[in-house]
Amino acid sequence: MAFNLKSAAVQTRESRLGSITGYEGDLYDLVEQSRCGSLRNCERCFSQSSMCLSICALGQLGGIRDVAILYHAPSGCCATAAGAKVMYRQIGAVIGKEYRSNMVGTDIDESDTVFGALDTVHDIARTVVETYHPSALFIASSCVTGVIGEDIDSLAEELKEEIDIPVMSVHCEGFKSRVWASGFDISDHAVLQGIVKPPKEKRQVINFKNFFESARPEITRLFAEFGVTPQFLYVNSTVEELSHISESLATVCICGTLGTYLGNALEELYGVPYIRTVNPLGVTGYETWLREIGRVIGKSEEVEVYITRERAIYISQIEEVAKELKGLRAVIGMGPGYTYEVARVLAELGIDVVWAAAWHYDYKYDNGDVPPALEHLRNTTPNNIKLSVADQQNYEVMNILAEYKPDLYFSRHPGSTVWAIKQGVTAVYVADEYMIFGYKGTLSFAKTVLDTVRNRSFAENLAAHTQVPYTDWWYKQNHSDMLKPNPAEVR
Amino acid sequence: MAKILDQPRYKCALAAMQTVQSIPGAIPILHSGPGCGQKLNDNSGVSGKFSPNIFPCTSVSEKEIVFGGEGKLRDTIANAIKIIDADLFVVLSGCTAEIIGDDIGSVVEEFAEADKAVIFANTPGFKGTNYLGHEWVLSSIFKQYLPAEKPETQKGLVNIFAGPPIQDPFWLGNLRQLEALAASIGLVPNTIFGHGRGVPNVDKIPAAQFNLLVSPWLGLTSVKILEEKYGTPYLHYPVLPIGAFETSKFLRAVGKFAGVDTAITERVVAEKEAEFYYYIERYSDFFLEMRIMSKRFVVLSEAQYALGITKFLVNDLGMFPTTQYITDNPPEEYHTLIFEEFRKLNYGIEAEAELFTTGIEVQEKIRNTDFGGFPLVLGSSWDREVAMQTGGIFVNISYPVVERMIINSGIVGYDGGLKFLEDIYTVAAGRLIL
Repeated sequence: MAFNLKSAAVQTRESRLGSITGYEGDLYDLVEQSRCGSLRNCERCFSQSSMCLSICALGQLGGIRDVAILYHAPSGCCATAAGAKVMYRQIGAVIGKEYRSNMVGTDIDESDTVFGALDTVHDIARTVVETYHPSALFIASSCVTGVIGEDIDSLAEELKEEIDIPVMSVHCEGFKSRVWASGFDISDHAVLQGIVKPPKEKRQVINFKNFFESARPEITRLFAEFGVTPQFLYVNSTVEELSHISESLATVCICGTLGTYLGNALEELYGVPYIRTVNPLGVTGYETWLREIGRVIGKSEEVEVYITRERAIYISQIEEVAKELKGLRAVIGMGPGYTYEVARVLAELGIDVVWAAAWHYDYKYDNGDVPPALEHLRNTTPNNIKLSVADQQNYEVMNILAEYKPDLYFSRHPGSTVWAIKQGVTAVYVADEYMIFGYKGTLSFAKTVLDTVRNRSFAENLAAHTQVPYTDWWYKQNHSDMLKPNPAEVR
Repeated sequence: MAKILDQPRYKCALAAMQTVQSIPGAIPILHSGPGCGQKLNDNSGVSGKFSPNIFPCTSVSEKEIVFGGEGKLRDTIANAIKIIDADLFVVLSGCTAEIIGDDIGSVVEEFAEADKAVIFANTPGFKGTNYLGHEWVLSSIFKQYLPAEKPETQKGLVNIFAGPPIQDPFWLGNLRQLEALAASIGLVPNTIFGHGRGVPNVDKIPAAQFNLLVSPWLGLTSVKILEEKYGTPYLHYPVLPIGAFETSKFLRAVGKFAGVDTAITERVVAEKEAEFYYYIERYSDFFLEMRIMSKRFVVLSEAQYALGITKFLVNDLGMFPTTQYITDNPPEEYHTLIFEEFRKLNYGIEAEAELFTTGIEVQEKIRNTDFGGFPLVLGSSWDREVAMQTGGIFVNISYPVVERMIINSGIVGYDGGLKFLEDIYTVAAGRLIL
């Protein structure tokens, strides 16, 4: 697709990538329908609270170490500010860096919804810049400012004339998209618009898009073997560092959902190759990913040396643990950037995936292809897998768990793990994006799964002392009963 | 008017979903954006039988903004009643639903004959803070859910209301301590939040002999509704009693209001004070010989802790207040009452108190305050930094609480005061090296 950085707002995933949030079927069908373009979204006549795309958008931007976010919104929209400040400060401390970004709200009240408040916001922006001296300023909109039509683009233009740092408007109204991952694209769009500069020289750097960079030391050592340095995005990065990401050798991402916009845009606009393999989770994922990096940066030999050396250490250990996991039955409920990746890893470990739910589905990524992890899974799965696109609708997932009664449930979103346990299914929270990274991560992940099934005490105790939140009636219905086919909404 | 909100210490009115969530058997239905629930779901202990993952939500999208969301709300309520195992459904409106003019009251009315109770409260985020939202939710429950007829009054039964659930990090422990204090002088406490209480206790509210509101200002509107509706008198006790001095005063006030025999109250006070001072005596070296903490302290918190902690530290511990900062925006009509209370301290000591403005301003003031050494700084996660800058002992006691876990402990009463001292001096003990 063509990336237009002059456009104030990025299109939502529904319109850009044909993303859907409601589907029930199986792996073969989903891939087939994606290839032939016949996939249709299903809406729901009942939904539970899920996520806001602004959490994704501003969470990403807030990870940059030296910016300010001015969030033109009611107080509640800024509720994530304290948690983010503490977390990013802690992540900065790991590498001895000071986190000095701030999110500041405008605390909109009722009269502002009638008269608007841009003049005040202008003053607040000046105060924020004078107080915190950020290296860039993001002005973000909310549902309220979107509905009442506050022109934050013009405000950003005015401020650019007055202050000598990049100023970007960020259109993250929560009502805009059912796919909260659209927020990732919104943050990328803002960074590309205002911070990234055209390349002047090539640098021996690989852009590494991730969430919380827990594997930073490990990846830094790994890349050093190939003579390159990782530039982690966006957590712990600075505006100065981001201005150079167009000069990197390649872009990789730990999660396809997170990286598609930035990776493809850097490739299309500045010729920085985007590594589009399956992700480095599990053995196959890691090796496929490493080899592609090696090919792109011309270090294939070094990569093979590394793989041979590390295989000798880890593969037999992983196989040893996998023996004990063989035959376990699992259900997965995650974002689409992880569901199909984790399904592949579980298959490597001998675990039988009986149902895989992804919260949304990107019919294609920004390069027009079916997401590679899904394609790979289709090509390596002989016995099909039941799939649903479940929009983090817990009642659907619990209904599925009640029907399939697996040994394990794999979750990845805050607050979503406990419900399986209450229904008697032990759960593993794939918390960190690097939990299954590389050989070492795969081994420790396998051990965590094993420890979880070998001591089910917590799960059993909790299940014995709590009630499930749903009625008996619901468990007697089909899990997809609240989905209504909507032929009018073809992609 | 919009204003700078640089360190949010409150959330929007919709966050009163946490008030509903804390009444076992009740669940909010959010007529809001898909992620409002997730965003507002902070502080710890926010799962349970229900959490935002379970809260029904209309997930307002562009379509509803253009065409209206009442139909979606109707479907959501109808299916929620079938799918969710709850007894009381409280529909809460968010910003967008209100701006587009959805009439949630009339949609809810259609469910008057439903198998489960369905009520509503308008809680758009732009209309007020979650402190006000808490009040609006309680008011809605009292007006819409409770029956019009007053049952026979049960002598000694007292409904107790204190800090807003979850927003107040010690809400649950404090409520349990207040129950125990009321019971200690022979009253029968009735509260609606937390384990073993819930909707059945909401049903008992009309039969109470009186309502006890322990709060500087929050909750006054809703107990007045009960007075109007049932003629139930209320005791508004503005000081959260922490430690021996204030708790004894509190027991005497409650006993007197309830008509408890003075001899009973005095016997309880004497016993409890003796036990309290048994502990204080054993640990008094700690309090007297701490080298790294001056006598001065600053609290940054909602009015209940700013006031309650000031009273405790001055009247029990002999410490000295600097300016205290109030973060919950008390409506103007309560300012005199609140500021007057700060001036009623032992030895005629008068504490200054100010309404919190911005983190930028207030923390600058704190950096410029003469604490006569290293202060005790009691505040939110936002205040750790200024505490470090002043060499202070920092304890996180007010929202937001990011870096500590509070399960069921409270700081109210005799025991709560001791627990609070544990918190303070644990931090101090870890910092003995200057």
